[in-house]
Amino acid sequence: MSDLLFHLFAVFTVACALGVVFNKNAVASALCLLLSLVGVAGLFVLLDAFLLAVLLVLVYAGAVVALFLFIIMLLDMQGGDRKRFTKATLVSSTVAGGLLITGLVSFATRGLNHTTILAEVPVVGNSLRAYAEQLFTVYLLPVQIVGFLLLIAMLGVIVLSKKFEGLEDIK
Amino acid sequence: MAVITVERKPLSFLERTYLPNIAAGLATTFKRMVQPSETLEYPEVRPEIPVGYRGVPTLVYDPHGREKCVSCQLCEFVCPPKAIRITPGEIPADSPNAHVEKAPKEFKIDMLRCIYCGLCQEVCPEEAIWLQNQYSMTGLTREEMVNDKKRLYELGGTLPDTHFKWDKKKAAEEAAAHGGHH
Amino acid sequence: MFDFYFELPLLLRLVLQGTAVILVLFPLAAACSMAERKVSAWIQGRPGPNRTVPPFLAWIPGISILQKLGIFQLAADGGKFTFKEDVVPGHVNAFYFILAPIASMIPALTTVAFIPFGAYFTELADGTMKLVPIALTNLDVGLLAVFALGSLGVYSLILAGWASNSKYPFLGGVRASAQLISYELSMTLSVLPVFLWVNAPGGPGTLSLFDVVQSQSQPGFFGGMWYIFLMPLSAFIFLIALFAETNRQPFDMPESEADLVGGFHTEYGAFKWSLFFVAEYAHMIVGSGIFCLLFLGGWNPLPWVTLADVVNFGAGFLPLIASPLVMGVIGITLFLLKVGFFIFFFMWVRWTLPRFRYDQVMTLGWKKLLPLSIANLVLYAILIAVKDLYFPNL
Repeated sequence: MSDLLFHLFAVFTVACALGVVFNKNAVASALCLLLSLVGVAGLFVLLDAFLLAVLLVLVYAGAVVALFLFIIMLLDMQGGDRKRFTKATLVSSTVAGGLLITGLVSFATRGLNHTTILAEVPVVGNSLRAYAEQLFTVYLLPVQIVGFLLLIAMLGVIVLSKKFEGLEDIK
Repeated sequence: MAVITVERKPLSFLERTYLPNIAAGLATTFKRMVQPSETLEYPEVRPEIPVGYRGVPTLVYDPHGREKCVSCQLCEFVCPPKAIRITPGEIPADSPNAHVEKAPKEFKIDMLRCIYCGLCQEVCPEEAIWLQNQYSMTGLTREEMVNDKKRLYELGGTLPDTHFKWDKKKAAEEAAAHGGHH
Repeated sequence: MFDFYFELPLLLRLVLQGTAVILVLFPLAAACSMAERKVSAWIQGRPGPNRTVPPFLAWIPGISILQKLGIFQLAADGGKFTFKEDVVPGHVNAFYFILAPIASMIPALTTVAFIPFGAYFTELADGTMKLVPIALTNLDVGLLAVFALGSLGVYSLILAGWASNSKYPFLGGVRASAQLISYELSMTLSVLPVFLWVNAPGGPGTLSLFDVVQSQSQPGFFGGMWYIFLMPLSAFIFLIALFAETNRQPFDMPESEADLVGGFHTEYGAFKWSLFFVAEYAHMIVGSGIFCLLFLGGWNPLPWVTLADVVNFGAGFLPLIASPLVMGVIGITLFLLKVGFFIFFFMWVRWTLPRFRYDQVMTLGWKKLLPLSIANLVLYAILIAVKDLYFPNL
């Protein structure tokens, strides 16, 4: 049963993810992203990580994709002209694809070497308390770093999107 | 003209939160909710018609059963939407009211045109046409909405009268005929 | 007595339970539309719908009470919406146009799965009595799950507005998305003090709604206190955010009929339109339920008087009262009464207050409510820390 559900959710997630990339309509793309996120949440539930599943739906499916849709609607994007591939995009996409495949291969081979580890990993995602403890002890530094990254990204967005005429505007 | 500038008082903190006013509003609506409703259950309960109400125009008899209209056609002339059509006729000589000479042969009021202005009632020298209490006129066809003479008298009925103008006139004429002089 | 039920396969039992809850929630949500018409009528000094009665039932004595309450009008409305021609206008994006009302039902009917309605005593193997919640699932992260699924409700409005392909629904959809995202923040922040209080250090740590009610059913002054007295500001912010999240007046920006015709549902009619409204009322019911669980002690009849107290007291006279079935029914009834009051409150407010302007909604959400809820969180965090450090036995 669990295996069947896993395959169902996995196929669903990947199919929706492909839908995000290949859909010409921006709104349909965003909705595919939503479904894909729901699929990932389903996978988390199968792993007994209810908290992660719920947070994923709450933050990403509930708020982030809604914001995407909001912006798509405000800007009224209509597919638009597809830009031709340039040399730069070709090179960068090759590099990115190569990195992705290398990563996946290394991950898969490592997983093959230590198949037993999965069962030994303590399940921390289902209990709120265990999850919080891990987050605020073992993974405190990564959490802080990610937080700073997000803050920097937000500042960057503000700087990029707002047109500052002079120093006066910033004040 | 002098301009008076009204100082707008700054709102207090509580006023700016709107909360006391919202509470007051809720109290008002709650009071309203427990009071009996203002509306009438219409077809069963009818509204009280005030004196001087202008309803559907009707024709009336006098207390002696004589139709008051003498088909002078003043109402037809004065009617702004031209809702009234009168076919004048004569009163036959053997009728007790023969001395009135004229009565309408047909009298039609198109209620699809009537605007209930009451000018016909005002202009009538015989007080024969009255806008009475009837306020609801319905019909399924255009023809039904035209009130003919029969229907107009049905709606109007008899209204009290104190003058009996035509009876007095007849009595005076008869007295003159007897006496031979005034 | 009910052993046969527990011998059914688990999956079948779950399906039966889920269906039962939906079969109650759906008509209840539909009945709210009639309640809305009645409340609006009474507030405006009218009797409201009070005429409809099927001729074949009219002879029953006393049926006029139901007739006066408009029960049959509700059935007539339902029938009308079901059998009316379901128009899909020519200019819409048909797939998303039809998807939107269906999508509105998903969060509306799934969030109720995490709401406990009542509780009953069950005897454990070792003879002790244990209070068990009556809920479809008693998840450790119950409240978050409700918020997560509830937050999906915005998509039906966005989709409806966008797929209608005309400007008023579109504006309604855009407003809905902005409004719902804005108020979700204050809503989530406003309940945090409750969980700070519930999750005392050293405890198991929980976001379960059942445990919140349990922590309001403890002995002692603070133990039996409902959180609306302990944290009035939290309750207040949560209530306002609830109004905004359920798109109720004075926050019904997405469908403000004065400036947007009908808002997101302008192009909708018949059954699809009624689905939106069942969803709105279902959101109201679930939202009121959460408010009652968090701040009004769930199924406890009075502050400092728990359901268990009442049942134990009653069992002294009539032992039947302590049976799980009766106790469950009492609990559910008390809970539904509280929820019913809040539904009424929603309607009462709707027919009292005028609608906010859109900029006022945004100002209230971002500039007033959000800072207030953050301040509230910080204040209670400090208070609870002080209490735990210096008065751990309070």
